Amino acid sequence: MSYNADEKGYYGEFGGAFIPEMLYPNTEELRQNYLRIMEEPSFKKEFDQLLKDYVGRPTPLYFAERLSKKYNAKIYLKREDLCHTGAHKVNNTIGQILMAKKLGKNRIIAETGAGQHGVATATVCALMGIECVVYMGEIDIARQAPNVARMKMLGAEVRPALSGSRTLKDATNEAIRDWINNPVDTHYIIGSVVGPHPYPDMVARFQSVISEEIKWQLKEKEGVENPNYIVACVGGGSNAAGAYYHYLDNPAVNIIAVEAAGKGVHSGESAATSALGKMGIIHGSKTLLMQTEDGQITEPYSISAGLDYPGVGPMHAHLFTTGRAEFISITDDEAMKAGLMMCKLEGIIPAIESSHAFAILDHKKFNPNDIVVINLSGRGDKDLDTYIDYFEL
Amino acid sequence: MKNRIQHKLKEDKKILSIYFTAGYPALNDTVRIIGELEKNGVDLIEIGLPFSDPLADGPTIQESSTTALNNGMHTELLFEQLKDIRKTVSIPLIIMGYFNPVFQYGVEDFCQRCQEIGIDGLILPDLPLDVYLKDYASIFKKYGLVNVFLITPQTSAERIKEIDEASDGFIYMVSSASTTGATEGFGLAQQNYFARITALELKNPQIVGFGINNSETFQKATQSAAGAIIGSAFIKHLTINGVDSISDFIKTIR
Ligand SMILES: Cc1ncc(COP(=O)(O)O)c(C=O)c1O
Repeated sequence: MSYNADEKGYYGEFGGAFIPEMLYPNTEELRQNYLRIMEEPSFKKEFDQLLKDYVGRPTPLYFAERLSKKYNAKIYLKREDLCHTGAHKVNNTIGQILMAKKLGKNRIIAETGAGQHGVATATVCALMGIECVVYMGEIDIARQAPNVARMKMLGAEVRPALSGSRTLKDATNEAIRDWINNPVDTHYIIGSVVGPHPYPDMVARFQSVISEEIKWQLKEKEGVENPNYIVACVGGGSNAAGAYYHYLDNPAVNIIAVEAAGKGVHSGESAATSALGKMGIIHGSKTLLMQTEDGQITEPYSISAGLDYPGVGPMHAHLFTTGRAEFISITDDEAMKAGLMMCKLEGIIPAIESSHAFAILDHKKFNPNDIVVINLSGRGDKDLDTYIDYFEL
Repeated sequence: MKNRIQHKLKEDKKILSIYFTAGYPALNDTVRIIGELEKNGVDLIEIGLPFSDPLADGPTIQESSTTALNNGMHTELLFEQLKDIRKTVSIPLIIMGYFNPVFQYGVEDFCQRCQEIGIDGLILPDLPLDVYLKDYASIFKKYGLVNVFLITPQTSAERIKEIDEASDGFIYMVSSASTTGATEGFGLAQQNYFARITALELKNPQIVGFGINNSETFQKATQSAAGAIIGSAFIKHLTINGVDSISDFIKTIR
């Protein structure tokens, strides 16, 4: 069985491009060109160079000694938090801005939840001198104020999404509407492995550098390329897709996907899509999504803005339904506690999204010789207000 | 028997089609709005099945959809409201909505209910041509439903021909690259676009939508096309004037 996209963008029965005709020329242009462009030596060279000199790759694979001792396993952290701008998101935006240039686009739009993808997009637009508009839900603008300021400093225009739940889902709707209204000059930099084909596949490929590095780094440190477990949080699923990518076809590597349970999976305030979702169409992709009986998309909830999305990328829907990945959902409280633990044990303040991934250590039993790689997708600077409120610091 | 849409298109007049969102302004206005529209000479009606995330719609239809959902509109209720509609209404009726609610209802069940009620066609902008042809064309056909596809100024001639091939009612010609409710007007770009489409000599007539809001834009849109669709402008009228003065609105169009 393949866990990657076929040429029509399907992962098993998930994926595809369920888009209104207005978006067809744009996505078709991208579909016809993305693989060819990614293969071009000039593209590869510039991408690799920027990842190295600008983003700061390779990011370390860090053996977390005290954490390992506490949980009695060999735990490594993939330090995406050390990427320029503070999260894995920039791997994708570097790739897509180069793609946009190759396609001759001179205006960039993006959606953002936590603001990390917005910042990463604003950053590469500043780097390339390209106009940038970022859509962000009104609620998220309030809870991620530092990232809003960063985007503005970087020269991006931040437009509030005022419709629906006023979070990531609605920001994505607004970005898609912008693209419909600007079909010729604009490239839409989607921030996760969601949206119509070819986005999920393209974004996964740009993020696949994460597992590419883990392989050789683990070989250096442990003499083996493969961990026993690879763990990542899943909002749309881009850091997870990158961390799993080169391990998908190796069943010896157990894949753990961590979703946000919010106040509890069945509390009515949750974003645990695998537990609560059904197959349907969101943002142009057939995937698992949280919805009413009637097919109306419901409003998710998580303390972390980056996991507050009612769907998952089609790759993850496929990994879930085939059983290739184990899905675990983590509540707000568990995540916050794990975040604080990481501060105390390892001197690392994780993004609250990433804190969800650490919280599984209290749920899973590992053998002492198990190598567990946890993708530390981002740093917690942007979340300080939330941490302060939560812990009354 | 031929589908009512196909019949209507044979008549020697420009089609005026009106879109409204079911469940708006009030939950139970659906049947009344349809009746008023027919009485006032409207040729075809698009009944909007509201969706939480209407990607191709501008603020007016977004807001009417949100209100309709908050009012309690849902798929089964719409079918319930429409079940006796053919006792009083004879013009073609189309349901327009996004694919997910139809998918959740079950495409075949949905189509079957449409046939029972006397719905003539569907417009599902996010059901793409290739998926329709592969998975659903035979079901639409079985239940006598016309599927209406959109084209835009950016759609290539080659793809328009494929869409024409797959259509058996009319083609929904989106007037400019935009979401619904935009008011770009009908300038030179639109004239050229319409001329380009006319030159393709398609087998299906075209009905123009997006940006039509008064008699002037209706006239311009229908110079070469078979008809025009009004959505956002009608919803705005309902918002301000309610359902009592639908005839006033139609009179301003033609
Ligand atoms: C640090 C961090 N991790 C994870 C995510 C979730 O996104 P994804 O699931 O695409 O990796 C975000 C999104 O904003 C993020 O900022």
